[in-house]
Amino acid sequence: MKDLFRGELVRFTLEEPEVRAKAEAYWQRDTEFNRLADSEPSQLSSEKKIKEWFEKQSENGFEPQRYSFSVRTLEEDKHIGFLGVWVDLIHSEAWVGLGIGEREFWSKGYGSDMMKLCQQYVFAELGLQRLSLGLFEYNPRALRSYEKCGFRLEGRSRKEILREGKRYDSLWMGILREEWLQMQNGENP
Amino acid sequence: MFDIQTQLFEGQDIRFGPIDHEKDPEIESKWTHDSEFMRMMDTAPARPMSAAMIKKQYEKLEKQIEESKNLYHFMIRAQADDRLIGIAEVQRIEWANGNGFLRLGIGAAEDRGKGYGIQALQMLLRFAFAELNLFRVSAAVPEYNEAAIALVKKFDFVQEVCRRKSLERDGRRWDFYFFGLLNDEWRARA
Repeated sequence: MKDLFRGELVRFTLEEPEVRAKAEAYWQRDTEFNRLADSEPSQLSSEKKIKEWFEKQSENGFEPQRYSFSVRTLEEDKHIGFLGVWVDLIHSEAWVGLGIGEREFWSKGYGSDMMKLCQQYVFAELGLQRLSLGLFEYNPRALRSYEKCGFRLEGRSRKEILREGKRYDSLWMGILREEWLQMQNGENP
Repeated sequence: MFDIQTQLFEGQDIRFGPIDHEKDPEIESKWTHDSEFMRMMDTAPARPMSAAMIKKQYEKLEKQIEESKNLYHFMIRAQADDRLIGIAEVQRIEWANGNGFLRLGIGAAEDRGKGYGIQALQMLLRFAFAELNLFRVSAAVPEYNEAAIALVKKFDFVQEVCRRKSLERDGRRWDFYFFGLLNDEWRARA
């Protein structure tokens, strides 16, 4: 069987709340990173607050609808980002959100590697029918990466995001289980 | 067409009002026993709810409104006899981006097909665009909700997104549409 937590460039772990909090507090200083990841205004939270938030997430054990991973590189074992999956079991769908906080790892295939691990987890471990995500028009790098991973662009919410006085679309993408399976078999869906 | 004096919450046959914690729970409880209505309104599993549960939900809702500041909720009532007809909401508002989602439902089968939904959406759009001053609004509608699709198309909403096969109901997968309408598009036709 395949290793679910090991890709070609990265592996999935779950770091301790204080490690995650320290990293998040550092990454959130980068407002470009925040703006690529979230439509809500950038804000700065204390390490303490972030740590409490992570602790609260795990205090009742694991929730069936939420899967969080920390991401480390295979080469240097560096903690570079995170990936979260939110599951709707009723409709057999998951949403993914990911971020690489360490900028020197942007545009080098790390994000695609994380996404491939995520797809494998969602379809081969959770057994879901569909994986969805949203991104912003001003993030063409992410769009290319997701397309490479087999996601299809399913539409755009026109001018939904206001940044620096300009309006940008929100983009919505999805990949179906059968499309992912076809890709695994080397077919072009 | 509208001015400061034009009432926001008064329509021809309907009006928007607050929750009546005494009378409304029983009526809304009745609606939840109509599984077709529940499936049109929500992707969460349809389940019948008692009036007591609805009462609790109202309290939770009012708390959420107070704390989150990104939700507006109205009860749709008949002008004639003040009875509860449906609900109308602007939810998930992002103030920095000026966007939000609309939600609308006419609860009792005998109140549908009488134009109440059209009047309610007209009022809700005016509230979203001329009172909240949103830049755009969205509506998420399952493929099988033909009445809602017809309603938003009547108001020139654009179908922007088709989330393929993202809902599971009656043993098959259904598409989920997002519709969008911009403030200036609404203003041009108002």
